[in-house]
Amino acid sequence: MKRQPAGWALIGPPWGWLLLFFVAPLLLMAIYSLRPDMSGGLFNLDWTPTLKHYRTILEGESYLLLLGTSVRVAFVIAAMSTLLAYPLAYFLVFRAGKRAPLFLTLLIIPFWTSYLLRIIAWRIILRTTGLYALNSKVLLLDSFGAGEPFAIGLYRVTVIITLTYVWIPFVALPIFAGLQRIDRSLLEAAAILGSPPWRSFVRVTLPLSLPGVIAGFLMVFIPTVGEYVTPVLVGGSRSSLIGNIIQTFFGSGINWPLGSAMALIMLVGVLGLTILVARLIDLRRYLE
Amino acid sequence: MSRRGFPLLSLYYLGLLLLLYFPIGVLVLFSVNDGTTLAFPLRGLTVHWYQDMLGNRVLLNAVRNSALVALFSSLCATTLGSAAAIGVLRFDIRGKLAFVALALMPLLVPFLILGVALLILFAAFDIPRSLLTVAIGHTVVSLPYTLLIVMARLVGFPSNLEEAAEDLGASYAYTLRRVILPLIAPGMLAAWLVAFTVSFDEFVLTSFLIGRDPTLPVFIVGQLRFANRFPQVVALAIVVMLVSLTLVVIAEWVQRAGSAASLSRRASPAGAAAPVGLAAVQTGT
Repeated sequence: MKRQPAGWALIGPPWGWLLLFFVAPLLLMAIYSLRPDMSGGLFNLDWTPTLKHYRTILEGESYLLLLGTSVRVAFVIAAMSTLLAYPLAYFLVFRAGKRAPLFLTLLIIPFWTSYLLRIIAWRIILRTTGLYALNSKVLLLDSFGAGEPFAIGLYRVTVIITLTYVWIPFVALPIFAGLQRIDRSLLEAAAILGSPPWRSFVRVTLPLSLPGVIAGFLMVFIPTVGEYVTPVLVGGSRSSLIGNIIQTFFGSGINWPLGSAMALIMLVGVLGLTILVARLIDLRRYLE
Repeated sequence: MSRRGFPLLSLYYLGLLLLLYFPIGVLVLFSVNDGTTLAFPLRGLTVHWYQDMLGNRVLLNAVRNSALVALFSSLCATTLGSAAAIGVLRFDIRGKLAFVALALMPLLVPFLILGVALLILFAAFDIPRSLLTVAIGHTVVSLPYTLLIVMARLVGFPSNLEEAAEDLGASYAYTLRRVILPLIAPGMLAAWLVAFTVSFDEFVLTSFLIGRDPTLPVFIVGQLRFANRFPQVVALAIVVMLVSLTLVVIAEWVQRAGSAASLSRRASPAGAAAPVGLAAVQTGT
């Protein structure tokens, strides 16, 4: 642990790369969100900072509503894939025995096939089987007065199904890792002290595996909040998420400052949530 | 297999596994089906989509572009990640914790936002969008993976081999080349393969940073509008899938062989034999 110059020579280039291509772009985006419009280049300093885009977003109900919807849809997808993946991981760690590595590999192979293609595969399935019409059927159902929170999910039913499917093997990994770290002697102790298997699970296995579960949940939640490809590929006419709107502002409906403001709000939300959850996990450690 | 005669979990695993493979099976079926839509009963089996694919210049060009981007970004990410891993684990550098936190941050930022931010950066400096800008973006998002994988490898070795080399008069550059690099080589190879796969498949960042010349995912999405050309694209995707699966199996094998050979004396951590993707996940949690 000495020789600082050599150490700096090693760590300097990655530091520089991250500052230049990760920190700087995000800062520029924050600055851009304060610009009134897009006139002039970025180095045109002839503009006064304004919060009008933030005002547009916060006052115009539709953007916030869509952001809320996207968060809820991402939450449902993350929760469903976590719930479905947990028994898989549990099976691999506690039941599969010697064949666990093989079973794990079999589970991961679908994950290594192109993300885009698995979504396209669902597009083919949904179209071939006629399930695609589900989205428009839902519209019909809505006219009979289905409740609003219910409708949010229904408009995006094909998106939710597809993304849950895509993420299951991915979420299984951190849960698997978390379950594997559990000291088996704790379970033996519980059994010897007369705890029935279900209670050992609820009181020992489940709490100890929570960090892995939460990590898996976040690993799905974060990319899903920003998702914009899946609604385009498998969704119906009303399945847009906030990502689609941001993408539009940077694409055809050119309004980069407004798009930047929206992206920044989303980023702060996602990071805030992640920090909160990380704190919660740490807090649990202190309590134990 | 299941203790206490409790096959429910095994059945669940089997069922979900079938469900996970089902769409992939549909893709395979689609690529050998003699028609542009999938309807049962199938009209006939054919390999002509595969033949068409081999004659489709634009499509092969997209594959080449993806390979170039993936090659460039994975080499950059592996080099930067390995250097950073050595720097963080072997040196007492001020602010290294801050560095690790920052280097892992791209995992927490939705790609959409990073794509938008990089688009603004490149626009601000009048850098035209091209395969290079895509590769730069991919390097940023691959860096957390390469850093974690190489760190996981390096942390398993005590630094006394390096100290011995230097006590015997080797310069640091020489120690790096002859001691440290050979030790972390399997980790670097695994990291490179993961970075390559991440880049090859990436669409969201790419869609913001790409110029006129498309990569494969961008091309595929563009082709969705043309139903008659789509089976070719699926045929290609299946070839790509087989290639990338082979790469992943090799990566896993290399990592396993590497950790078995050199870590056999040390208590093997739970994930020593786990697949590459898992290695990244485990060190991250």
